[in-house]
Amino acid sequence: MLTYIARRILYSIPVLFVSTFLSFMFVSLAGDPRQNLLANPKLSHAHYKALFHTYHLDVSIPVRYWYWLQDVFEHKLGSSLLTSQPIWPDITRAMGHTLQVIGIAEIIAITLGVAVGIFSAVKQYSIFDYLFTTVSFLGYAMPTFWLALLLQILFTDIYLSYNVRIFYTSGLNSGVTSNTWSLDRLQHIALPVATLAIISFAVYSRYMRASMLDVISTDYIRTARAKGLPERLVIMRHVFRNALIPVVTVAALNIGGLLGGAIITETIFSLDGMGYYFIQKLGQLDVYAVMAYLAITSLFIIIFNLIADVVYGYLDPRIRYD
Amino acid sequence: MTEIGKALPEDQITGHDSADVAPPTARVDAIAVGGQDLVAESATAAGLELKARSQWSYARSRFIRHRAAMAGLVGLIIIFAAGAFANWVAPYGYAQIDLTHLYAPPTLSGNHFFGTDELGRDFFSRTIYGIRTSEEVGLVVAIASSILGVIIGAIAGFYRGWIDNILMRITDLVLTLPALAILLTAAALWGSGNQWRIVIILALFFWTGIARIVRGVFLSLREKEYVEAAKAGGAGDFRIMFRHILPNTLGPVIVNATLAVAAAILTESALSFLGFGIKPPTPSLGVLISEGQQDPQKWWLTVLPGLVLVLIVVCVNFVGDGLRDALDPTQRRVRA
Repeated sequence: MLTYIARRILYSIPVLFVSTFLSFMFVSLAGDPRQNLLANPKLSHAHYKALFHTYHLDVSIPVRYWYWLQDVFEHKLGSSLLTSQPIWPDITRAMGHTLQVIGIAEIIAITLGVAVGIFSAVKQYSIFDYLFTTVSFLGYAMPTFWLALLLQILFTDIYLSYNVRIFYTSGLNSGVTSNTWSLDRLQHIALPVATLAIISFAVYSRYMRASMLDVISTDYIRTARAKGLPERLVIMRHVFRNALIPVVTVAALNIGGLLGGAIITETIFSLDGMGYYFIQKLGQLDVYAVMAYLAITSLFIIIFNLIADVVYGYLDPRIRYD
Repeated sequence: MTEIGKALPEDQITGHDSADVAPPTARVDAIAVGGQDLVAESATAAGLELKARSQWSYARSRFIRHRAAMAGLVGLIIIFAAGAFANWVAPYGYAQIDLTHLYAPPTLSGNHFFGTDELGRDFFSRTIYGIRTSEEVGLVVAIASSILGVIIGAIAGFYRGWIDNILMRITDLVLTLPALAILLTAAALWGSGNQWRIVIILALFFWTGIARIVRGVFLSLREKEYVEAAKAGGAGDFRIMFRHILPNTLGPVIVNATLAVAAAILTESALSFLGFGIKPPTPSLGVLISEGQQDPQKWWLTVLPGLVLVLIVVCVNFVGDGLRDALDPTQRRVRA
């Protein structure tokens, strides 16, 4: 197992470099950062030359990638070409907000999704099952941005018609001060959390139900029932624990993707997280900020892919890594 | 795709080789489902004469019995036909301004079923034109990415060795990229709001799933006796790949292509909504929703086009589930 993890980590390193290199080529080829500097009428020709040289914009893109890598390691992701501001403080601040929202949403989604999945499978073809199968089917088909907008419209209209502020529809805090755990903050993040939780819930409950039904039809469950085990024990000890394995993998992959910021949800609720940061920087074509975001997000995805594989092997002893 | 039989000419599939390798469960299922009425049917019709039925006619009857799939298919045909014939169906033009009816809520008078926006443009007509763009994007992306995925998967699975290694590493790499972020970057930098550029970008991203499936089938089938026989008969690599092995991958490929239609439509609308996909004046459901969002009190401008989007995706998913049950009985019924 340990050698497997070590090998996977070693294998992930070149993957990360290749993936950032490709992203870098791709972003630099299409959005030439020199355009921004050339657009500034105050700068003379000599100025351009000097600036290009300091920012290594006068060399080829692969060489620029090398300088960028040095910047990433020596200066914590370097600084933006547009504003000359360091990128790291912005990213860490956004990361904190994203973590809070994603964390709450995923805890809710996993708890509810697993519970509903179990009940749906145990009471297959009951009204409860049909209801939640429909809900999760709709959640699967629903565009995230539309769900977010529905919630936003609903609560904006409640506020405008009844003058009651239940949840805020944008931002993180009412005042300038930022409290991570306050009622005000929770009122602000409730709707983004609800959006993400509903979408993830649809996925988890569907997986949980399918995987429960798979396990229920196996021989060892029949054996457990035949030897007279109470149904509750059969479900909780024999079915549930085995059915959870694929769901854990899905959850790990899903969280890995979401940590890079729920781009759509954060944009709609103007929530200062990673996804919102990315959309802002992409709109301004701030090449190095976009690159920093892509590198961090790829890193998360690779790490959580690894976690998913390792956890899968740990939970299911039939899987042998060597 | 109205009927499977029409979409895929029978002679392509009923060849001896495809019957040879049909998974055992598929056969058992087909006999259990279709065997009895087959006998009864032909016995009453023409004495004891038996009529041969291909795998595809079994698949067709399985699909027709799938109620949700048929409902989805009918819904999809209606919606897509409305989009395809938008010029005739829409009561008003896409950008037809009517300053006497600003912000009309949904009403039957004047056929403003979906209301009007800030310039009095009929939202029902705009939505229908948006459907046309969505269906073009969905269908073309699904077809293009399937072709790409099939070619890459077939080459990787058939030749194995270093070609396989390189192609599969590329596939892995694409799967580790943050998909939405990369798509947004690509669309922002190269899309320039053009519908067909967005289509190309999406197609270049959607092939990985199909490539993996096709590769898997090729890896196992290339060792079969009938492939050896074809080789002994002097068939070239190309002929073996596309004439002998490929028909056996069509089931999963069709199912995946169908689901890719829904995924492409959703992704395109998300890109357009965020302002990096298709840009006005090309109609797009994502753009309509993002314009409607400006004024939360005019709820119909956001809710109704979104509802149409959900309806399309639900229908496509139903059809996809039905096709999976019909074409690929070895796979699980619940999509998970």
